Amino acid sequence: MKFWAKAAFAILPALLLLGCGTSGEVKDETAGVAGGATEVTTGEGSSASTRGAGEDSGLAGERMGGGAEAEEEVIATVDPLDDPSSLLSKRVIYFDFDRSDIKDEFRDILNAHAEYLASHPSVNVTIEGHTDERGTREYNIALGERRANAVKRMLTLQGVSASQIRVISYGEERPAALGHDERAWALNRRAIIVYLR
Amino acid sequence: MRKLKKSLLYIVVLTLSLLGGAVHAALNIEITQGIEGAVPVAVVPFKWTGPEPRPPQDIAKIISNNLARSGRFEPLPEKDMLARPDSDSDINFKNWRLIDSDYLVVGNIDYLGGDRYRIRFRIYDVFKGKQLDGYMMSVSGTRLRRAAHHASDIIYEALTGEPGAFNTEVAYVTASDVGKQRRYTLWVADSDGHNAQALMNSSEPILTPAWSPDGKKLAYSSLEDGGHQVVFVQEVASGRRQLVSSNIGLNGAPAWSPDGKSLALSMSKDGNPEIYVIDLVSKKIRRLTRHWAIDTEPAWMPDGKSIIFTSDRGGRPQLYRVPVSGGKAKRLTYEGSYNARAAVSPDGKKVAMIHRVNGDYRVAVLELETGYLRVMTDGALDESPSFAPNGSMILYATNSGMRGVLAAVSVDGRVRQRLTVQEGDVREPAWSPFNK
Repeated sequence: MKFWAKAAFAILPALLLLGCGTSGEVKDETAGVAGGATEVTTGEGSSASTRGAGEDSGLAGERMGGGAEAEEEVIATVDPLDDPSSLLSKRVIYFDFDRSDIKDEFRDILNAHAEYLASHPSVNVTIEGHTDERGTREYNIALGERRANAVKRMLTLQGVSASQIRVISYGEERPAALGHDERAWALNRRAIIVYLR
Repeated sequence: MRKLKKSLLYIVVLTLSLLGGAVHAALNIEITQGIEGAVPVAVVPFKWTGPEPRPPQDIAKIISNNLARSGRFEPLPEKDMLARPDSDSDINFKNWRLIDSDYLVVGNIDYLGGDRYRIRFRIYDVFKGKQLDGYMMSVSGTRLRRAAHHASDIIYEALTGEPGAFNTEVAYVTASDVGKQRRYTLWVADSDGHNAQALMNSSEPILTPAWSPDGKKLAYSSLEDGGHQVVFVQEVASGRRQLVSSNIGLNGAPAWSPDGKSLALSMSKDGNPEIYVIDLVSKKIRRLTRHWAIDTEPAWMPDGKSIIFTSDRGGRPQLYRVPVSGGKAKRLTYEGSYNARAAVSPDGKKVAMIHRVNGDYRVAVLELETGYLRVMTDGALDESPSFAPNGSMILYATNSGMRGVLAAVSVDGRVRQRLTVQEGDVREPAWSPFNK
């Protein structure tokens, strides 16, 4: 009984979202990347978007309660993960075609995540590997996994426990950008660090 | 909590599918390239003997459409027929020579009572004035369409010397947007696109459907639970499915052994994707490859003795071949920088694959004996080649505009078809074995 009550409560925002139906998951992600912003939706799919719909509304409620005027005092206690000026807010690593080596430009970002995770051993992440649409689907799933593993290796080399990291791959199945050109492909060859909180 | 979220997900998906309405997934097949001088053939409407109403399936029409779709025949329009003989008639061959029909098919459907029907037909060579074959079968009403496909196979073989593959099925996956949600569906349809049945709905991608050699089951991989790739085997008739591989890491690219007793697949449980063979009865797992590179997309040779797979152990994806009994993998492809996703022809002489040429990904066929590689298609993003069980056509996925569609090309490159669904993308085709 309790479950159904909870279920009904949680499903409501999802249905409301459906009503507006403008900001698709993929669109969000594309916009984020194109605008140079780094907050990217988890891309963890249906379960994530369902969960997101529920938790987002809860989060919004809290923030309003806290009030914007209190920001100055709050800032000291803000988790660096929520600080948009922190390197930790950058969670997408891009790759060259059919490659899974980490490019130099992403090392600082990964160092920041490694430092954070090593000092917060109770925090877990999922690393999602993705590819562009070219080539075969099963090979791309494997390539996405290799990209995610490359990120994992960078983190564990710097002291993050392997048990904090889960690696998954979507291959070419969840593009961040639609389109059949190099611009879209470059945005899709990526690994995403998703914090589980 | 996790369980709760999962249930919620289910409810949301259910709600969305209710809102989304039915997706039309019957395949529409059109010829995009036929053979110059396709052979003219007249399939006369079969004579009905029985009470009205007659069965809705127009057997002659189904046969005509099948022959036309092969691209090798040009059926005569009904209105041009000067006579309507049946299996019991004396044929006046002059009538048919006059309108340049090389071959003639005549037939009957007789009502046998209950739900039983008898189909009889004869095939004639018009110029020799000679019967090539005659056939009779009795079927139930629900199997009349099937019987028409079977008749098409007999006629095709009488006219070409090669077995037909009309009485077969095609599995494929559609992806469509239902509200905010992406919905993936695994379908099975008759080879002419009719009679599409949904086997599985998911909010997660479904990959690599593979037919068991007896045509009764499909293996496929699916991304479950936020990205964990696992392999299922599902019975086509009952829809009952079984999780056969869900080890940590990837479990994908299933391929049935020719005896139907094992499944080759790629798993990364030991660190990176390797080829394994699972015995479906004992569940014992045997590892075939041992390399730090990606090893995936296994395909069995028809003798069951070796497996062709994709590996980037040489730096780029290429095809390799490894004995199932164990041993060293030998490289098979050298032409081009990308060769992947092998499909072996039923006679074991050809290997179709995805081959990169000038930045485009196309279907190419390698002749194993000569090493000759021929590019068969002209797409940019072609995927998932699959041979018809008679080896005559290769079915594959491609793009048309922004949509995923299926296409087929005859192994001689002369006939081309396009297969589309009304909405959404269609992909991951797999042609069934012969119906037994």
